[in-house]
Order: sequence, then structure tokens, then C-alpha cells
Amino acid sequence: MTDSGNTTAAVTISGITKRFGDVVAVDNIDLEIADGEFFAMLGPSGCGKTTTLRMIAGLEFPSEGSLKIFGDEVGTLPPNKRPVNTVFQNYALFPHMTVLDNVSFGLRMQSTKKREAASRAQEMLDLVQLGEMSARKPSQLSGGQQQRVALARALVNKPKVLLLDEPLGALDLKLRQEMQTELKSLQRNLGVSFVFVTHDQEEAMAMSDRIAVMNEGKLLQVGPPSEIYERPANRFVADFIGQTNLLDATVEDEDHIILTNGDRLRAPSPHRPGTSVAMSLRPEAISIGERGSTPAEHEATSLVGQVESVTYLGHAIDYVVKIGWIDLEVRGDATAGTRRFSAGDSVSVWWDRTSDWVVAD
Amino acid sequence: MTTAQTTELSPKNLSDANERNKRRQGFLMAFPAYAYLLIFFAFPLGIVVVYSFATRNRFGGTDLSDWNFDSYIRLNDEVLRNILFRSFTLALLTTVICLLVAYPFSYFLATRTPTIRNVLLVFVMIPFWSNFLVRNYAWRVLLGSDGPVSRLTELLGLGETRILFTPTAIVLGLVYGFLPFMILPLYASLERLDWSVLEAARDLGATGFQTLRKVTIPLSMPGVIAGSILVFIPSFGAFVTPEILGGGREVLLGSFIVSQFLEARNWPVGAATSTVLMAVMLASALLYFRKGGRTL
Ligand SMILES: Nc1ncnc2c1ncn2[C@@H]1O[C@H](COP(=O)(O)OP(=O)(O)OP(=O)(O)O)[C@@H](O)[C@H]1O
Ligand SMILES: [Mg+2]
Repeated sequence: MTDSGNTTAAVTISGITKRFGDVVAVDNIDLEIADGEFFAMLGPSGCGKTTTLRMIAGLEFPSEGSLKIFGDEVGTLPPNKRPVNTVFQNYALFPHMTVLDNVSFGLRMQSTKKREAASRAQEMLDLVQLGEMSARKPSQLSGGQQQRVALARALVNKPKVLLLDEPLGALDLKLRQEMQTELKSLQRNLGVSFVFVTHDQEEAMAMSDRIAVMNEGKLLQVGPPSEIYERPANRFVADFIGQTNLLDATVEDEDHIILTNGDRLRAPSPHRPGTSVAMSLRPEAISIGERGSTPAEHEATSLVGQVESVTYLGHAIDYVVKIGWIDLEVRGDATAGTRRFSAGDSVSVWWDRTSDWVVAD
Repeated sequence: MTTAQTTELSPKNLSDANERNKRRQGFLMAFPAYAYLLIFFAFPLGIVVVYSFATRNRFGGTDLSDWNFDSYIRLNDEVLRNILFRSFTLALLTTVICLLVAYPFSYFLATRTPTIRNVLLVFVMIPFWSNFLVRNYAWRVLLGSDGPVSRLTELLGLGETRILFTPTAIVLGLVYGFLPFMILPLYASLERLDWSVLEAARDLGATGFQTLRKVTIPLSMPGVIAGSILVFIPSFGAFVTPEILGGGREVLLGSFIVSQFLEARNWPVGAATSTVLMAVMLASALLYFRKGGRTL
């Protein structure tokens, strides 16, 4: 949450549903995006991210619900009447226009004088470090340059909200990381709300103030990256965000759960006794030691098992520890002096009582 | 690239050899087509050009001697200039009308689902299933003074229509006959359009009309030009439609050429006219390829 509650949200989505024939692309979503916020929408392919973005842009109209931009209902307002601009996934630059004409297009549509439009477009191109390229056609630019033109073309109109649909999807890793930093600082300097669609969770984590996780048209969780990572709302979010162990269990009482192999663990949860749940445990949060070496204070959050496999990663070692029939991934320290284990070793594993997290199915 | 030191097997040489091989194969496969074009197209064309420089003899034959430019000089005649001007105007009018009718239709077509597209495309092609001559006679019946069109206007109290044997009838017939040649290339270029570009225009504040003017039309220009050439050229030299629907009252280029060959028996002048016509077509085709037609 970047802003206090009483300023108007940049985008307010209430009860929005979008159907395409029988397909429910977006299913009854409520969402508020604050002014000046970097907001990421994350989810697997086909979960409705693009559709949500397109509804904000006005390229698609909701089947149900209300959509407000800075307090004004925009439900079926055409895209040209909305104070938002989009950076399309494939950039969608005008192939028949020069880079400068592409960037000044929006200004010209608002009947800005040609000369002024050109000079403002040039400024924006300078800002994204493409000042030299203004006379070229989009086809004469590299992917990363096209991406920046698309960005400049949208930003030159000073939108109140900028929508970005996987803008970095087509770039290679190095360029991608560079652009992430650039985008983030651009957003901070301009103070514009960015709604950023991605299916790369690390990207979402690194860049956003808040993340919305979607699946099958439903909004599963909205919150700051740390909250999504450490306190996932359900099994799907826990599984989707980062690497984690999900141990099936049943709630015994408010402080304990019982794993499917009968082991009893201390893990507080708000769920009723008897509920089937999963405990999410990040591999890096687990400590590993010789059998019986569990520190006393971690006794209630520990298990014993056998090392099944070892993968040496250089900076770390990944163990798979077999506990009954449960596989537990553990990321061990590889620094000199720490005890290393090999397959077949009997080990104890334990974790801090704050690092596990119980989610309902 | 460290292994590719030997000149023989360097990747570049290999790919050159591949290229050569491919080209040779391509030529062999295209040979029948080349031969066909040469025998049935280039050769007759050459004869026409040769005849245009020959001389008509007293008996209506052509002497293949005495080469001169007389036939071309005769083309500068007042009568022929009028014919050229009339044919040009009618062809231009036909092209413009076809464009205005075909563009919205092609746009509609390109935005339908594949099934509907195919059905509509078949409808566009249906007229080709019957003979062009027959279809022109059908129009003659439709437009005749006791035909359905005239009957209808009479019934509505507008009096009898006398369209048949007027330039209007000719243009109507030409538009009818050549409309598919406009629709198909327009459809082809609109269908390949990247729709997200149009959405981008709307997103950047353009109205629907502005998007059409600034983005859609410029991007479908290859189709517009190809369609216009495909309609303009046959309209310019059209013979059947002006004869049947115009009743031959208005001499147009096509009729003129035919009459030079068959009635006036002046083959050199007919050939010269045809050559000029072909030159115009060639010029417009070249213009098209210059104007980004490569992308079609
Ligand atoms: N125009 C459309 N007609 C019919 N179904 C559609 C249409 N657009 C999207 N859908 C469906 O709606 C669902 C959500 O699509 P959407 O494009 O929003 O997914 P997404 O989250 O952006 O996925 P991706 O990460 O692959 O881009 C999908 O099941 C898709 O098939
Ligand atoms: Mg998408």
C-alpha cells in the first residue's frame, strides 16, 4: 500500500467479470491500484491478465461490474477517451511511420501542433536514450530499442496510468534485467501508476510495490512481494511464487498439524481441526544436520529422514530428503567448513517456527 | 568457427554451394512455366510490337517491310485522343467506385471468423462460374427498357429508366465484372494486418476514423494499389462490356483496337494502340512495385 486510504485510487475494479462466449476469462475481480504505484499482475498463461489489462485500457468491455479510473466510471468508454496508455506485448509500433512519428502520434491525436509534438517526442526519445534513432523505421531497430520506443510512445502522452503487457517478454535475459531497472526508475521519477503484466514471478518480485496473483480468471491474492512470498493465501500462490515444499497435512488443533506420514508438527493455523491443508516450507528456510542434532528450541518443528539425492550448485547444495514417502527439498550451505551430506545419510531437518506457513487447499 | 579453417568446407562456401544448388533446382522446376510464358506470351507480344512498326498495304494486309513509326504518329489523331480520354475516364471512374465498394466489404470480410470469411469469399467468386459474356447479356436484360430495373422505377412513379447503352451502363458493367479483382487483394492485405497496431492507435487517442486514415489505409496500401491496377488495366482496354452494355455507341479503346484489326484491316495501327496500352500497364505495374508493392 503506497498511499493512505482516502486519496482516490488510480484504478478501481469492482466485481468485474469478462466472458468470451462460454469462456470466463476474468471472474468477479475486485482490485484497487493506488496512484503512483508499481503494480504487477502475475499468473500462469491464460489466467486473464491480458484481459484485465485490456478492460482497463478500454480495448475490451467488461461483461459485468464497474471499472473506475480516478473515480470516474469508464465501463464502456472507448480507449481514446481514457487517460491510460498501453505498452503492448509485441510493441505494436506503426511500421509505416518513423520512430519520431510513432512517438508523436498520441500528441498529434490530441491536436498538438506538429512542431511541438515533434519536439516533445524528441525529448521523450532522448529520455529513453533513442534520440539518435528518431528518423528510423521501427523495423530498423533491435527488440530492446523497439520496446523503448513503445514505452516512449505511451509515456509522451503523460497518461495517469501506464499499462504494460509483458513488455520485457521478448528480450534476452541481460537486456531484460537492464530494462527492469530502467523501467523501475522511470516509474519512480514520473510518479505514474504502472500496471505491469508478467508471468515471471522474479520480475514481479523485483519491481513491484504490490503484486496480484491470478489463476483461471480469479484473483487469488494481492499484496506486497514479501507478503505474497512469505504468507501465500493458498496452495496455488505458495506453489507459484518461488520454489517451495508443500507438505499435505491435516489440522490437529490450533497449534499443530499432522503430516500424511503421521509426523506431528508445531504449525499454528487459523483453520478448523480436521481441515486438510498444506504446509509451505521454502528450501532455503530449512536447516540440515546429523540425525539427532536438532537444537532443542526447534524440536517441535523438525523431522528426521534420509538424504535421497545431492545436487551441488556451487554457492549452495540442494538435498532431497526422504521423510517416509514425503520428498523434502532442502537448500544447504556450501561454504567451507559446513558439514556436507551424501545420499543415504540419516539426517535431521528443522526450521524456524516463523518460516513455515499453512495454507488451505 | 575454429574447425572451419579449410576454404573448401567453410560454412560460407557450403551455404554458397547450397544456394547454387537450390537455384538450379528452382530453375529446373520452373522451366515448364518459363517455356509456357515464352511460347504463349512473350512470343505473341513480340509479334504485336513488330507489327506496330509495319505498313498496311492497299489490300488490307500487312507488309513486313518498310519499318516506320507511322502508326504511332497516327495515334496522335484527335479522334483517338478522344477515345483514349473517354476510356481513361471510364476506367478511372470504375476503379474509384470499385475501391469505395470493395474497401468496406474487404474490411468486413477480414474481421469475420474464418468460416464466415470462406463462405463470403465463395460468394465473391460465384460470378466467375458463368461466362463473362453471358453475365454481360444478363445485365443487358436487367437494364433494358422493359427489364426489371426499369419496371421497378416505373412502378415507383419515377418513369422508365434508360440506362442501357449509356456510359453509366458501361461503368456499372465494368464495376460488376472487375469488383472481385479489387476485393481479393484488398482482403489479402487487410487480412494480414496486425490488429494490435489499430488498437495501439485507439489507445493513443485516435478516433475510429483517424485510425482508418492514419493507420489502416496506409498499411493496406499494397492491396489498394494492386487492386486498382487489376481493375484499371482491364477496364481501360475493355471490349465486351462497352460493346454489349454500351451498344457500341461510345467507341472506347477496346472497340477501337478490335475495329482496327477486323474492320479497318489496319493491323499496324491496332498493334500500335495495343503496344501503347501495354506500355501504360507496364508503367503502372512498375509504379506499384516502387510504392512498396514488394510487401504484398
Ligand atoms: N478474444 C477472445 N475470445 C475468446 N477467448 C478469449 C479471448 N481473449 C482471451 N480469451 C480467453 O480468455 C482467457 C484469458 O486470456 P488472457 O489473454 O487474458 O490470458 P493471459 O493471462 O494474458 O495469458 P498469457 O500469459 O498467455 O498472455 C484464456 O482462456 C483465453 O483463451
Ligand atoms: Mg497475455
